[in-house]
Amino acid sequence: MEKTWNNKAWFLVLPVLLLVAFSAVIPLMTVVNYSVQDTFGNNQFFWAGTDWFVEILTSPRFWDALWRNLIFSAVILAIEVPLGILIALNMPKHGLGVPVCLVLMALPLLIPWNVVGTIWQVFGRVDIGLLGYFLNSLGISYNYTQNPTHAWATVIVMDVWHWTSLVVLLCYAGLVSIPDAYYQAARIDGASRWSVFRYIQLPKMKRVLLIAVLLRFMDSFMIYTEPFVVTGGGPGNSTTFLSIDLVKMAIGQFDLGPAAAMSIIYFLIILLLSWVFYTVMTQSDAEQK
Amino acid sequence: MARITLEHIRHAYSEKAKAAGDYALKEVHHEWEDGGAYALLGPSGCGKTTLLNIISGLLTPSDGRILFDGKDVTQLSTEERNIAQVFQFPVVYDTMTVFDNLAFPLRNRKVPEAEVEKRVNEILEMTDLAGMAKRRAQRLTADQKQKISLGRGLVRANVNAILFDEPLTVIDPHMKWVLRSQLKRLHRQSRFTMVYVTHDQTEALTFADKVVVMHDGQIVQIGTPAELFERPSHTFVGYFIGSPGMNIMPAAIDGATARVGDQSIVLSVAPALKGQGRIELGIRPEFIKLGREGMPVTINKVEDIGRQKIVRASFCGQPISIVLSEDDEIPADPKVAFEKQAIGIFADSWRVKNETAGREA
Ligand SMILES: Nc1ncnc2c1ncn2[C@@H]1O[C@H](COP(=O)(O)OP(=O)(O)OP(=O)(O)O)[C@@H](O)[C@H]1O
Ligand SMILES: [Mg+2]
Repeated sequence: MEKTWNNKAWFLVLPVLLLVAFSAVIPLMTVVNYSVQDTFGNNQFFWAGTDWFVEILTSPRFWDALWRNLIFSAVILAIEVPLGILIALNMPKHGLGVPVCLVLMALPLLIPWNVVGTIWQVFGRVDIGLLGYFLNSLGISYNYTQNPTHAWATVIVMDVWHWTSLVVLLCYAGLVSIPDAYYQAARIDGASRWSVFRYIQLPKMKRVLLIAVLLRFMDSFMIYTEPFVVTGGGPGNSTTFLSIDLVKMAIGQFDLGPAAAMSIIYFLIILLLSWVFYTVMTQSDAEQK
Repeated sequence: MARITLEHIRHAYSEKAKAAGDYALKEVHHEWEDGGAYALLGPSGCGKTTLLNIISGLLTPSDGRILFDGKDVTQLSTEERNIAQVFQFPVVYDTMTVFDNLAFPLRNRKVPEAEVEKRVNEILEMTDLAGMAKRRAQRLTADQKQKISLGRGLVRANVNAILFDEPLTVIDPHMKWVLRSQLKRLHRQSRFTMVYVTHDQTEALTFADKVVVMHDGQIVQIGTPAELFERPSHTFVGYFIGSPGMNIMPAAIDGATARVGDQSIVLSVAPALKGQGRIELGIRPEFIKLGREGMPVTINKVEDIGRQKIVRASFCGQPISIVLSEDDEIPADPKVAFEKQAIGIFADSWRVKNETAGREA
């Protein structure tokens, strides 16, 4: 077949280009613009060069928040991925249990972030919350507004409750695509439960797991709403993640320059880490071929 | 190596099965002799795979018992039954090499590595995969995957039986022939009980000592290829075995005479009917003489297939096939005569037994 070159085709992608321009490129450029200038309001701008970037990168406040984020994401992945796989493996594959389980799994995903935060905020309160009351009556002096460990535990449990389902659903989709013949062959070959997982189920889940890990990493690294609603970044700064810090800086203190610089650094970190995850995981896939 | 007895096995996939039509296996009562090579032949959906899965323990039958050498194994797991099975759709472990795939059933059973090496190399040789032992199984072609699948079934020593479920469907005809002779040789050496499922009657007839024909969830006949050809015990066997299949036509019996349409055909002996319903007369195309004497037919078409000619004709309004050798003449006013000994009478599709008594004596 002969290819036709026709510049009219550009008109067909124009709507999408415009959409992307307005929703992503222009805001991003605005941020870049802010990050290299200083302003005292009144639309007066002064050239600041890389000052804001230097300020951010040398501030302990930024590094603390970054570490908190990294640890948080690591913990989230370490809990949600294995737990998600485990639940997916134990979900029924036939019969009435399937729709029931799927709906139960999808429920947390349907709840808006801030509502999840509010639910847990109330749930964990010592005075009126079921969880807080229950833990305290067990003799654990649980209080997420005072104790940083408790605050962290609350935010983590909340995220696990909210997002493990996503990993479960993705893994489950991979699992149900395995034909019965594989399991039958494994039984004939005398494979152990572990071998079945290692040589049949895991390879089939690999692709969806990659997506799950990427999504969960990016999401958890950008976490904002839940800790904002529940702990507001406290006690102290113990749950002040990058995004919370950023909002404090930009809106609370109205430091637009440093906030813009921080946004860009934040964005680049996420981009970089996602790329690392992606290459590592696809590489190991390629090696196996 | 074991004698496998199936006692009144029935199986339905749904638990609520009531009517006979709900059963994938209606009633199978049969013994596979120790060391026998059987072909299991039948059309799609007749229950071949179901039967194999019941033997290997992947399925537990709804009713009936399975015995290995007289010992009840109905409730035993696949592992405990020690059976090898090759599946209809090739299964390979994608992330393993070809070698590891073949070694998998042995390593799972803690066979010493030296022995594993030896067995796997034999199988690699046999299946012509020796060149790619170290390759990942993922990117192989469909027929290579099927060979691996087959190889995993053959690699174990001392199994009670090997069950093959159409193991060679995607393999090219020459290699198919090679592998089949290898299987045959392996059978002679090892004397494993082997059951080989196929759609293909030539494959069945060349592999097996005994051919088991299944139809609609039942075993309709077990016999040597010659028995199936000469004395099919069910009209289904008549037309399924042989090419073209047996001519079957509605008939009425009057003593030792069969009436088809307005023609009367004299039989060698009066069939012993017990007031059964639907009567049919069957005759293989090879045993119909086309000439100037006998009953009139109208010829519709002559197909020349090399050494033979197949004549498609109408006889008393029934379509029939006649096989002639290539230099037989077709007369202008064709008549047919049926070879008396080769006629079978079927009541409700089953052969009426003692009508051939004279021949058997
Ligand atoms: N897992 C299953 N669940 C429900 N019905 C099934 C299942 N497997 C097979 N059946 C039904 O049982 C009957 C026998 O199937 P089976 O697979 O044993 O046939 P087969 O002789 O192996 O056919 P083929 O030559 O197509 O492989 C068919 O009617 C089929 O639809
Ligand atoms: Mg089948």
